[in-house]
Amino acid sequence: MGHPELAAKFTQDVERTHWHDKALWFVREKRDRASKSVPEWEALRRMAQQIKTHTMANLDTYLETFEKNAKAKGIQVHWAKDAEEHNRITLQILNLHNAKKIVKSKSMLTEECHLNPYLEKHGIEVVDTDLGERIIQFRKEPPSHIVLPAIHLKKEDVSKTFHEHIGTEEGNNDPTYLTRAARAHLREKFLGADVGITGVNYAIADTGGVVVCTNEGNADLGATIPKVHIASMGIEKIIPRLEDLAVFTRLLARSATGQPITSYTSHFHGPVEGGEMHVIIVDNGRSPILGSEHYSQALNCIRCGACMNTCPVYRRSGGFSYEATIPGPIGSTLEPCKNLAKHKTLPYACSLCASCSNVCPIRIDLHHQLYFHRQDVVKAGLLDKKKERALGFAGWLFQHPKVLDFCGKMARKVVPFLPRWMMYTSMNAWGEHREMMDFPEKSFKELYVERQKRKQS
Amino acid sequence: MSSKETILQSIRRYKKESSATLPQGSSFTPLVYENLFEQFSTALASVGGKAVMLEDKSHLDEAIRAIAQEAQHIVCNVEGCTLSSDDGSKYATPHNLAHIDLAIVRGEFAVAENGAVWLDAATTRHRALYFLAQHIVIVVDKTQLVSTMHEAYKRIGFDKAGYGVFVSGPSKTADIEQSLVIGAHGPKSGYVFLI
Repeated sequence: MGHPELAAKFTQDVERTHWHDKALWFVREKRDRASKSVPEWEALRRMAQQIKTHTMANLDTYLETFEKNAKAKGIQVHWAKDAEEHNRITLQILNLHNAKKIVKSKSMLTEECHLNPYLEKHGIEVVDTDLGERIIQFRKEPPSHIVLPAIHLKKEDVSKTFHEHIGTEEGNNDPTYLTRAARAHLREKFLGADVGITGVNYAIADTGGVVVCTNEGNADLGATIPKVHIASMGIEKIIPRLEDLAVFTRLLARSATGQPITSYTSHFHGPVEGGEMHVIIVDNGRSPILGSEHYSQALNCIRCGACMNTCPVYRRSGGFSYEATIPGPIGSTLEPCKNLAKHKTLPYACSLCASCSNVCPIRIDLHHQLYFHRQDVVKAGLLDKKKERALGFAGWLFQHPKVLDFCGKMARKVVPFLPRWMMYTSMNAWGEHREMMDFPEKSFKELYVERQKRKQS
Repeated sequence: MSSKETILQSIRRYKKESSATLPQGSSFTPLVYENLFEQFSTALASVGGKAVMLEDKSHLDEAIRAIAQEAQHIVCNVEGCTLSSDDGSKYATPHNLAHIDLAIVRGEFAVAENGAVWLDAATTRHRALYFLAQHIVIVVDKTQLVSTMHEAYKRIGFDKAGYGVFVSGPSKTADIEQSLVIGAHGPKSGYVFLI
């Protein structure tokens, strides 16, 4: 199914659709207040874009510098060209330590690699420790948002899930009660874990360390209690210097949730006492995007989710309608870069309003990218046949002004008198969810000619 | 060819030249707050923590006791605080810290714009102490307040292996219907004492 069909499924529940829309708009408003509290906000965005653009142009050098400096700090660095290799390396490290119980904090990369099912297949228990992630893990659902993974659920849903899985009181929907229950449940998991796996927000080339940002403290617990910490990062997570973090930490949480900074910004530069730290650097289809004429900036993304919160289509269609690891505007450009045929409907899940580009802390030209992807879809012959025929006909019509005038005249005379059953057929995609517009008596061209005549007389 | 070489070669093949250089310093003058404590206090309150200014160390024990009356197991690595002689370093593994009610730890400096305090684990044997304790009190020298993260990162270095963390308020989550709950997995409160 494509985005339109999945979105139609989501919007069947009208009340929930409005609720989802409002919940995300609330986050967007918080982001606005936070960004406006910083007078140099726009200068910060430009600086972030400059740092990222420079880094991507020298990515090979920075990755090698990072590896050298990380090794000097006692961190073991691994390289994985694809998801399969990433998962294999992870399993090797776990087997080396005879690890059976893993705590994992939020990482879109491990989602992308489908690490959980892979490890489970090998008899390893993987516990997602971010509260939202734990909820959806119990429900066997993927995250519907990259920062707010359970934003599609109501507290009643969470209560029911927790009642089934960790034995909370039936019908107790109090968020504090539910959070405390998860806290107790997950503390046991943290204390019993053999290895902690985290994502990476930033890897610093100059110092050879990685930075992980969370509000709950789950990545921090997971990486500091077990003896072994594995951090997985995409190649694009690198930044050159420690001081560059000033720019990114000022932008990230304000853009994501409207907080001035995340509760915890952990800088890992070596293993815990008597332990091991591993960093896995993953390509998995990223490097070719570096060379793309229109889409290379998408690799600058810092995964704040602001583009999702502001997107009128995302807010009203939900994360699952994208059928992609990363939904929303950034996902709609990244995913077609990797597999256009599979994600051909995503560039159209967009009104080209450009709000995403305006809130993006790294100034990624998201709406331009989606516009270019549409052209790629057409060139690749992947456009929906109905749309292709309609656009082909429109193209022909606009090249023949006399025919256009005639058709317009006929339509204005005939259409207003047509009965509904003739108007709203399966041929009329516009009319599926909308009333047809009122047809004017005269065309713009006719009005213009009349006006010119009046002026002359 | 190793995966490392495959990846690096692919990057070299595709990467585009760019005129973008690494910025040296800022192209703008970052925010400077006149009253650093007032701004720090407001920022920390907005993220669920609380800042307390103390005249001198002599009242530190008393002030901490006042906000943590029920705390029994206390770990403390702050000079001038005598509420506990246990600094958390005697335990073989961090698991032994699971029962700690209150951790009183030294913060290196505080950031006014976002209520964050930098904790350097160089003197803390178990990094997990910051996150396992049910409550945390961070003690910072009041002369060590900076306006923004730009100043903050000038004070940090990682010449050697180690660990450090910016902590801004208590642990929290809004993953259930956007309702803010203080105390997710880490400390359920976040006091910062400036002396």
